Amino acid sequence: MTTTTAPPAGAQTGTPHAPGPRKRGHRSPGEGRMAAMLLSPTLLVLALVIVYPLLSAVHQSLFRAESGLDADGFVSDVESFVGLANYADLFVGESGRRFLNAFANTTFFTVTTVFLETVLGLCLALAMNRAFRGRPFLRASILVPWAVPTAVSGLLWRWIFQSDGIANTLLGSEILWTAEGNASKLAVIIAEVWKTAPFIGLLVLAGMQVIPGEVYEAARIDGAGWWRQLGSITLPLVKPTLLVAVLFRMLDALRMFDLPFVLIGPGKESVETLSMLAWDESNQLRYGSASAFAVMLFLYVAVVAIVFAKVLGADVTGAKELKLLSKKTARKNRLAANQTQAAADLSNADQKKAEATR
Amino acid sequence: MTISDLRNAAADSGAGSSNAPAGAPPSNRPKAKRTWRSYSVYAGLALIFAYCLAPFYWMLVSSLRRTADIFDNTLLPAPFSLENYAKVFDGSTMFGQALLNSLIVAGTTTSFALVLGVFAAYAISRLNFRFKSVILGVIIATSMFPGISVVVPLLRLFTDIGWINTYQAMIVPNLSFAIPLAVWNLTTFMKALPFDLEEAAMIDGCTKWQAFRRVLLPLAAPGVFTTAILTFIHSWNEFIIALSMINDPKIQTATVAISKFTGATEFQAPFGEQMAAGVIVTVPLVIMVLIFQRRIVEGLTAGASK
Repeated sequence: MTTTTAPPAGAQTGTPHAPGPRKRGHRSPGEGRMAAMLLSPTLLVLALVIVYPLLSAVHQSLFRAESGLDADGFVSDVESFVGLANYADLFVGESGRRFLNAFANTTFFTVTTVFLETVLGLCLALAMNRAFRGRPFLRASILVPWAVPTAVSGLLWRWIFQSDGIANTLLGSEILWTAEGNASKLAVIIAEVWKTAPFIGLLVLAGMQVIPGEVYEAARIDGAGWWRQLGSITLPLVKPTLLVAVLFRMLDALRMFDLPFVLIGPGKESVETLSMLAWDESNQLRYGSASAFAVMLFLYVAVVAIVFAKVLGADVTGAKELKLLSKKTARKNRLAANQTQAAADLSNADQKKAEATR
Repeated sequence: MTISDLRNAAADSGAGSSNAPAGAPPSNRPKAKRTWRSYSVYAGLALIFAYCLAPFYWMLVSSLRRTADIFDNTLLPAPFSLENYAKVFDGSTMFGQALLNSLIVAGTTTSFALVLGVFAAYAISRLNFRFKSVILGVIIATSMFPGISVVVPLLRLFTDIGWINTYQAMIVPNLSFAIPLAVWNLTTFMKALPFDLEEAAMIDGCTKWQAFRRVLLPLAAPGVFTTAILTFIHSWNEFIIALSMINDPKIQTATVAISKFTGATEFQAPFGEQMAAGVIVTVPLVIMVLIFQRRIVEGLTAGASK
């Protein structure tokens, strides 16, 4: 924010490099090269650990290992090109059933956990927003579930959900939580929500704390009750924050692996997610189908992210903000060149408007 | 001994914290209403404490029981015992080595991500160049990449080049989530720092590099530190990469080690030891959280609420 309030160097020193409309204030000829130099290590590493694996996964998904023994009795690792057969298999036969089951599980877990987390996270944030005393303690305790490694939380909940564990003792029930079935789905959902709802709560709380108190004051004077304030002030104003939080949680839930893996175990039909399925296949050295699963999961995540960003307009990357900033600065530069009082006023008003709309 | 007991215990600790110096409550409400409200607020607080801490507390309590009493449901370990902790470190499980491995992997990942992240964030927050928002978008989009889509192809590659069971087989894939995290956090932080000081330094004859090193970097130190904590916690908690790339117990990290914990006897899952190991893996993080909670919350929320 503060960078935009600094006077543009071009206007001040009168250098011939008048900033163009797309550029921000301080631009010198070497800057592009310097930026490239500074960014290239990061982009190089990301290409190595993201782009290469992605391309490699697509490539591998077109091949299939011949699963027989060769003439000498050794396991043969000859791979043959099978085109899209691995993808076709996603929808038919035994492996197709497994894939669709994993797909359904992944979707089910994502929808249920994110919904519950959001509701619970909102409640947590509302409660914390009202608490003035003990807030440091509250914040520390709310960070504990977030900090517990997912693998450890899987272990922890497996202990709680033991057949003769504390959960059954408290409920007076004899549910086999960690075996197959709907109970194990529920166990995964409970454990996941426990770990991640505080995270949403924290993000939403941060969003709530920037809402100025006068807004509520005014609403109270106008006779708006607590629910009305929640619906007309709090929720609309935390919506951008909440959307980003929900998107991130969704993308995280779609790749869920550690928790069902540790809590219930690998290869259990009722909790097998796409990540677990792909991992299991690659563990069996069936790289072709494992890659096909991985590519499908990637596409699923990408589609969800794009649709979410388009439909709900969540400004995830801050790209919009950057654009807005540069537009504002460009306009300010042009106006400052005129050096008229009126223009300066206009710029001020402009900036205020932009800030108010955000 | 039930959850409600836990809640009461948590409520007590909540009440104990009430004399902590925090912002004074707003005093423009009628007094009677305020006391009623403060009761409901405390009830809410107690509930949140219980919700967040009860499962963790249960892990802690269970880890402090003797193996014979592991199925007790008392709220405090009746005969207090460190038996489980002794077993965890008795050498048969190589848990100490696993902790060290976690430290090496998470530490190295964090340092690499920070160094690359500081330069990238500087470029994005301070320099003008084309495609800036595209590049930032791409870097952030990579953080949404599912881990398994990295693991499957890299598993193949690392098998071919003999990297299985090495530290770098974990560190390099870890960068796929650590770098976006670091770049994003540092960028948000640097964007919030005023440009004026660097500009003044440059007017006084500093080069851009000097302004970066002598002015911006010291100013950004808290942000770098926050980013370091977050990245470290994420790498410490990493599971799927370490699980896939490593099958040698000497190299595996702590999170994987405890998931494979079978203990000395194979007939009953050694829950006491698992809980003790879980506590040991989590306690460094909880301590970090307690000390740096303000910074961590800042770092977590910086990106989401601009």
